[in-house]
Amino acid sequence: MGDASSFQSALAAAGPQAAHIERLWWLMFWVASGVFTIVTAFVLGAVFLKRREPIRDDALRVGVTLGIAATVLTLFVLLVASVWTGRAVASLGAESAVTINLTGRQWWWDAEYVDSAPSGRFHTANELHIPVGRPIVLNVTSHDVIHSFWVPNLHGKRDLIPGYTSSIWLQADTPGVYHGQCAEFCGLEHARMLLRVTAESAAEYENWRSNQVRAAAEPPGDAERRGRDVFLHATCTQCHTIRGTIAGATMGPDLTHVASRGTLGAGTLPNTRGHLAGWVLDAQSAKPGSQMPPNSVAGGDLQMLLAYLESLK
Amino acid sequence: MRAEILLAIAMAVPLGACRRETRTFRESPPASMATDVAVSDLHPGGGLPPERSISPDEQNAWALNEGKRLFSAYNCSGCHANGGGGMGPALMDEEWSYGHEADQIYRSILEGRPNGMPAWRGKIPDQQIWQLAGYVRSMSGLAPKDVAPSRSDHMSATPPENATPRLTPRNAGLPPASVH
Amino acid sequence: MSLLDRTPAQAEGERPEPPLDASHALPSASEASAERLERVWAEKPGFVGWLSVVNHRSIGLRYIVTAFVFFLITGVMAALMRIQLARPENNFLGPDAYNQIFTTHGTAMMFLFAVPVMEAFGIYLVPLMVGARNIAFPRLNAFSYWMFLFGGIFLFTMFALNTGPDVGWFAYPPLSGPAYTPGKRADVWAQLITFSELAALAVSVEIIVTAFKLRTPGMSLDRIPLFVWAQVVTAFMVLVAMPAVMFASTALILDRLVGTHFFNPAEGGDPLLWQHLFWFFGHPEVYIIFLPATGIVSTIVSTFSRRPAFGYIALVLALVSTGFMGFGLWVHHMFATGLPQLGESFFTAASIMIAIPAGLQFFCWIATMWGGRVELKIPMLWVLGFLVVFLIGGLTGVMLAAVPLDLQVHDTFFVVAHFHYVLIGGALFPLFGAVYYWFPKMTGRMLCERLGVWNFWLFTIGFNLTFFPMHILGLHGMPRRIYTYQADTGWGDLNMLATAGAMVIGLSVVVFLVNVVTSLRAGALAGDNPWNASTLEWATSSPPPNSNFINAPTVSGRDPLWENPPDQPVVVGLRDDVRDVLVTYLLDAEPDHRTEFPEPSIWPFFSALATTGLFIGSIFTPWAVVIGAVPLFVALTGWFWPKKPGETGTQRWPIRHRTLPLPGEAPTGGTA
Repeated sequence: MGDASSFQSALAAAGPQAAHIERLWWLMFWVASGVFTIVTAFVLGAVFLKRREPIRDDALRVGVTLGIAATVLTLFVLLVASVWTGRAVASLGAESAVTINLTGRQWWWDAEYVDSAPSGRFHTANELHIPVGRPIVLNVTSHDVIHSFWVPNLHGKRDLIPGYTSSIWLQADTPGVYHGQCAEFCGLEHARMLLRVTAESAAEYENWRSNQVRAAAEPPGDAERRGRDVFLHATCTQCHTIRGTIAGATMGPDLTHVASRGTLGAGTLPNTRGHLAGWVLDAQSAKPGSQMPPNSVAGGDLQMLLAYLESLK
Repeated sequence: MRAEILLAIAMAVPLGACRRETRTFRESPPASMATDVAVSDLHPGGGLPPERSISPDEQNAWALNEGKRLFSAYNCSGCHANGGGGMGPALMDEEWSYGHEADQIYRSILEGRPNGMPAWRGKIPDQQIWQLAGYVRSMSGLAPKDVAPSRSDHMSATPPENATPRLTPRNAGLPPASVH
Repeated sequence: MSLLDRTPAQAEGERPEPPLDASHALPSASEASAERLERVWAEKPGFVGWLSVVNHRSIGLRYIVTAFVFFLITGVMAALMRIQLARPENNFLGPDAYNQIFTTHGTAMMFLFAVPVMEAFGIYLVPLMVGARNIAFPRLNAFSYWMFLFGGIFLFTMFALNTGPDVGWFAYPPLSGPAYTPGKRADVWAQLITFSELAALAVSVEIIVTAFKLRTPGMSLDRIPLFVWAQVVTAFMVLVAMPAVMFASTALILDRLVGTHFFNPAEGGDPLLWQHLFWFFGHPEVYIIFLPATGIVSTIVSTFSRRPAFGYIALVLALVSTGFMGFGLWVHHMFATGLPQLGESFFTAASIMIAIPAGLQFFCWIATMWGGRVELKIPMLWVLGFLVVFLIGGLTGVMLAAVPLDLQVHDTFFVVAHFHYVLIGGALFPLFGAVYYWFPKMTGRMLCERLGVWNFWLFTIGFNLTFFPMHILGLHGMPRRIYTYQADTGWGDLNMLATAGAMVIGLSVVVFLVNVVTSLRAGALAGDNPWNASTLEWATSSPPPNSNFINAPTVSGRDPLWENPPDQPVVVGLRDDVRDVLVTYLLDAEPDHRTEFPEPSIWPFFSALATTGLFIGSIFTPWAVVIGAVPLFVALTGWFWPKKPGETGTQRWPIRHRTLPLPGEAPTGGTA
């Protein structure tokens, strides 16, 4: 967790695109500050310089003309800077890019890591891992309403529009955990549609990826086995997938490696045992309106279910 | 007399609005169990039919819309198509084998029915079964027009439920044995 | 008996009257004639009379008061939002309530306050500034007010009934479509658009016709006050922009009610179609709000610098070019949708370019101030506030025009800060200035200066405390339209500061209301021209008489009250026993003909009731359009019922010579 000023901040660039944009921001900020100072000085001078004579019209004409010329010049410089930055941002190379198909849903992110071999593809939700220094291409679309993918430390945003698939390229140059959030109003729980991108070294990334590709591990102990039974008998299989079991529904996030994620409910709650229990039993109090319904699970069953879910690393 | 009618109309609009627009994200589970449902409309003579429980979702647009979403999500179309039926009976016609009231449909979904309707008890929450029951009623025009769902965002196979004419329900016999 | 009283037959073939001698005092209305004039232009008494008003000043005042009431209600909603966002994970408002509140706040501010109040000042002032006795199409004016009022009542009533729209003020489908917003909430939003846009279109037609055809003789096109120019350009923008949003909202209702597929990608529709349609309206909309404010600023700067506005032609051209260019910017609201880079760059260039006419206006105003001596009365104080605050908003606008930077701050609180700086700075500051400036004219009393100073400073400080931190919040990742945020974001402190600022704004508005209420009762009497201003509305009493001008002045320059010689002719010869109005030609304002304006009429009110029933019914069933057309037909029949034969109609003013003297010439009579 970085300090508050870099959390999800466009001014704490961790990748080339965000860095270009940050530079453009500071250029425009200083130009704007200068313009503001000069114009305000002229305004206040006209009012408060009491001992002056009214200026003649021909002198005023010169002044206005100079003002327009300066404006046009400044705006032209900013236009050039903007276009130049746009081209720099779009010029990320494409070799050995990691491809992720990202589908926005009310109110979570469905991420499918693409691989040339079908067996290398897997789904995860809400939390992405990417290797540092490699380009990432996200093919984004929406399953329902318009959402927007946005991780400010890495790049600007891209809208997820149903009926369109759009590609956004980004890259992280510094390892770290970067936070993002849906940036297009998408209904009741737009505020709780958070995203987390972990940028790590190539080796760590490969570790993570090969783990995610694997189907769910066999439950290590008796409680976990009983927990898996609870999962399969209860309401869970109507919406969730756990690869390696018969649960294959795609209405909700893929839970095959749910214990490897840091949060639940797209960033709503930390992924701890207590919060997981609360989420299973009554997600509506944490995220009212979300599509996770309340589920009645008896006490003993609940503990075993939690044990099983916690084993799905 | 006229004043009362006008007042009633004036009151109906606001009250209707409140019921139509509430969003109830979590209903208290025990109240929605509805244990007093009769599958058959017939009852013994010498008295009046027993009191029915009213579905909480009949007048609620959000609940019916949720029912529509769940109908597609839980693959009810797999047997019922988009209401026209296939392996399962048609849901948008006027023939009802196990009752057309919301609580009767609720029981049909909850318990399953012979010849192929699975039992959803314990597989989906009660509140969602009520939402589905309300939606099924709207498929044959039994929901009020300002509450019934409109078109979905998928390819349309049927007219929207708020444009479906109201079909007077009638008891059918058992549905035919499932066709393969 | 004057020349105008003769029938055309009489006027033809008679000897011309001898020219009026410039050394005599010019004829003006006698006492008896003035009394008759006032009687004929009076409104009808009683409740029915109140419903039948067609006088532009009454309707303009009603518009202003109603718009301010909507502003207050919506301001309370803003306060509720700020309370919810003051702390992370606050539970003051749940997501459903918050979504309805922010949507209604935006929708009502844009459609029920910002545009109508600017139009309201136009309705009140444009006829006075051009020397006319009433606005063109007075009954349409009344109709538009009732539609505006009923639309507002409709929206807020539905909000109170939990049916307030909750999809954002621009209601993107598919979220606002039938599948994701069940019930009637989005239909309420769409139909409110229809109410308010119908009213706006009607008023625009009236403004254009008044400014083009009802000007007093001598007021050629290059002598129209800058305020009127701003209103006219705005009116043209309304005519072109509103149909786009009316079509979009109609398509949305059709999708929701009858199952069309305009915005359904699965059946060949497109959510982006909505965005193009809406923003083609939505961007000009903000200039529709801003340009009348520039007219206010030009007026106030000129009056309190004690000199004509510098660069009249430049200012007019800046208005017109903004009006045109404003239609070429709309895609800058869609930079994040993944449109091709080349196309987006075009809109970047256009969005940056529109700063040039705005800059030109700024330089002309500053030049006016440097070319005169500035008297810092309250209206001028508000204009100074405008110059500083709008400048900041405009600068952040140029930042947003740059695609890469926009991709970071789009849909964040940076944008919220930007548009509040340009809307509040660019419209509300001039509006407060306008109230302080024209309150004496409208009511005959001055607003209190001391309370005005408190009002201004509380508002300025509160506004900057509220909205400046939002720039930082947006850059630090806070998106807009979220009902809460988590503690580890670090956004809590700046949000708390913004909430504190909002409370200061609220206090400032209370001071303003106190000022208005106490000044209405006990403010200093104003007289005709307390500011020593130059435009024609100050040439009549405060408040103006029923007929606007007992003796309607003509003009021979841009700043009549500063430039008119003592023997400047007045308009004579119009009848004082019917509502006789002089219609003039477009370019030179030479007299064209006389026409009779309508008496007070109840039919606009009934037509508005019928239309309201039709609109509200049509969100429940398409049959309402058919059934609702019947009472509307009845009301319109009453409205357009032909006059009886023999009543005065349009008189042609048969001229062959100029009626007004060229400089240095004596005035002549003007018939065959």
